[in-house]
Amino acid sequence: MKKDLYNFAIRMGDTSWILSHRLCELCSYGPFLEEDLAMTNIGLDHIGQSEEWLKYAAELSDENIDADFLAYRRKEKEYRNVQLVEFPNEDFAYVVVRQFFMDVYNYLLYSKLTNSKDTTFAAIAQKSLKEVRYHLRHSSNWMVRLGDGTSESHERLQNAVNDLWFYTGDLFVMPESEQNLAKDGIIPDLAGLESDWNKMVMEVFNEAGMQKPEYEVLASGSFDGQHTEYMGFMLCEFQYLPNMLQDAKW
Amino acid sequence: MGNTDNQGPLWEVFIQTKPGAPYKHAGAVHAYDKEMAIENARDTYTRRHEGTAMWVVKSEDIVAVQPEDADAFFDPSDDKIYRHPTFYEIPDGVKHI
Amino acid sequence: MDDKLKNEDPELLKEFQAKIDAEVKIEPKDYMPEAYRQHLIRQISQHAHSEVIGMQPEGNWITRCPSIRAKKILMAKIQDEGGHGLYLYSAAETLGVSRDQYLKWLHEGKAKYASVFNYSALNWADIGAIGWLVDGAAIVNQVSLQRTSYGPYSRAMVKICKEESFHQRQGYEIMVHMAQGTPEQKEMAQDALNRWWYPSLMMFGPHDGDSPRSSLAMQWKIKRETNDELRQKFIDKTVPQAEFLGLTVPDENCKFNEATGHYDWTDINWDEFWASIKGYGPNNKRRMKHHQKVHAEGAWVREASIAYGKKKEKKEVA
Repeated sequence: MKKDLYNFAIRMGDTSWILSHRLCELCSYGPFLEEDLAMTNIGLDHIGQSEEWLKYAAELSDENIDADFLAYRRKEKEYRNVQLVEFPNEDFAYVVVRQFFMDVYNYLLYSKLTNSKDTTFAAIAQKSLKEVRYHLRHSSNWMVRLGDGTSESHERLQNAVNDLWFYTGDLFVMPESEQNLAKDGIIPDLAGLESDWNKMVMEVFNEAGMQKPEYEVLASGSFDGQHTEYMGFMLCEFQYLPNMLQDAKW
Repeated sequence: MGNTDNQGPLWEVFIQTKPGAPYKHAGAVHAYDKEMAIENARDTYTRRHEGTAMWVVKSEDIVAVQPEDADAFFDPSDDKIYRHPTFYEIPDGVKHI
Repeated sequence: MDDKLKNEDPELLKEFQAKIDAEVKIEPKDYMPEAYRQHLIRQISQHAHSEVIGMQPEGNWITRCPSIRAKKILMAKIQDEGGHGLYLYSAAETLGVSRDQYLKWLHEGKAKYASVFNYSALNWADIGAIGWLVDGAAIVNQVSLQRTSYGPYSRAMVKICKEESFHQRQGYEIMVHMAQGTPEQKEMAQDALNRWWYPSLMMFGPHDGDSPRSSLAMQWKIKRETNDELRQKFIDKTVPQAEFLGLTVPDENCKFNEATGHYDWTDINWDEFWASIKGYGPNNKRRMKHHQKVHAEGAWVREASIAYGKKKEKKEVA
């Protein structure tokens, strides 16, 4: 049970952590100044959420570790984020679509998690939900704006949708430990979120004039510790200093 | 398009710091539509819990008194001191007025 | 009378100076001499560009922050720089020039930004040194500018000063951790101080005697204290902070002078200063290229936003 809680906390913490890393890469890269600030705000929310989950995971762990250890000192295989958030900031359309897919997912998941039988899970969800509602509003508006903007923006958005759709299968996969938690009323049935997710995504797709990709989405294995080719490079970057000076405190 | 450098219209931002307080001008942001304007204002001007409510209005929609008209607009009220309560004499001993 | 003022109405000019002398703020639609407007256009936009270009040297480390806490702080700080750029662009726009135009002048090389941001951020302690020294120097300047005579600029400065107070402290905190950390960390801290000390002193600009625009700017209270006064203020408060860290400023003549009550110091290498101003600093081209590239890559997003905004407005009218 404790191990199951740990696994889920890690899944949530890592997903926010890696997404926040992609967002921090955008500092000074916004299409205009106001949006630069907006993306940083969203990134900061994700770091905050990640920290809460990783703190709790560290408490649940039998080892004497903290959130920083979990964020910075693990091997690639030990990170359990969904692969979607590893996808790089190819252009602003990818940033928007990646965020939108995650925002809908987080909105549904956190809404359910507020009723978790685990009080820490419920508390993290309660706090995060407010942030996520704003993220969802922001990314949905951008979906429509780009989808209904110019033919170029429409095309770029559709490209991003087509590419990122591939990674959405992972969102609803439930490894054994999560099935256990669902049985105990600690987390919702993730597979059960899929139809709501599809419905909400399609509503915005319709408004934005986006076509749902035709290919069947398969789970790509985030939860066996499988990552995209992008992941190793991210680790090299954010683990750079802790790896270089193992004994240093920062 | 030819418009690629355009930063969008300017919007003035007004923030209420707590319920009941008047809205105060906080600054301005660029944005291309209303929805974006209120979000940009939020992300720019309320990063340190500065507010509980907020307005944005397109700068070009604000009507202002021109400085050269300021004396005509505002000076005539200078000598209307009878509009202030201190203008009136009330006999000693009268209370609650 | 100054040549720049020969086209001004003497009566208006007298009234204007009287307002300035009485500490009445000048507002956008008030009369102001053209030279005053031009000075502000140059100074406020340069200030705004500096904030925005200043995001880059720190951005160089944002993906390599060594702890969750450090990453949150640095992101929030870089975001603040962007926000401050935005406040300042807004103030500058009240002078009748659009942000579009200011960005064009920047890209064409007609507008400048603080040269200090052309220096390289080479190790993690540089993030400490930038906060402590570069923001420290900026704060000395900005505190003084809160009293500047132009209303919108003054109001932006008040807001900025309020927010910036955490910047210098977070920088110093990093320096404390580094200076008290492992020998390698301490070495990084000293290295960062060595490289950022003089660039920070340069931030106050040339000596008063070599600063051609200073006198009118002082008379009009755009500037409230001279370059040299502000620089000395900064040195006096910063050297003891370096001593506390157990680090030494890279100037063997930097000692407290009992007679003057100030720290003595060795003058800046002005050749380096002017080279950097003229575009030959270590990263001038790189910083500008970054800004131009991002601006160009964002063009389709802005176009889409314009198109969508128009469609939406039409729908609302209909």
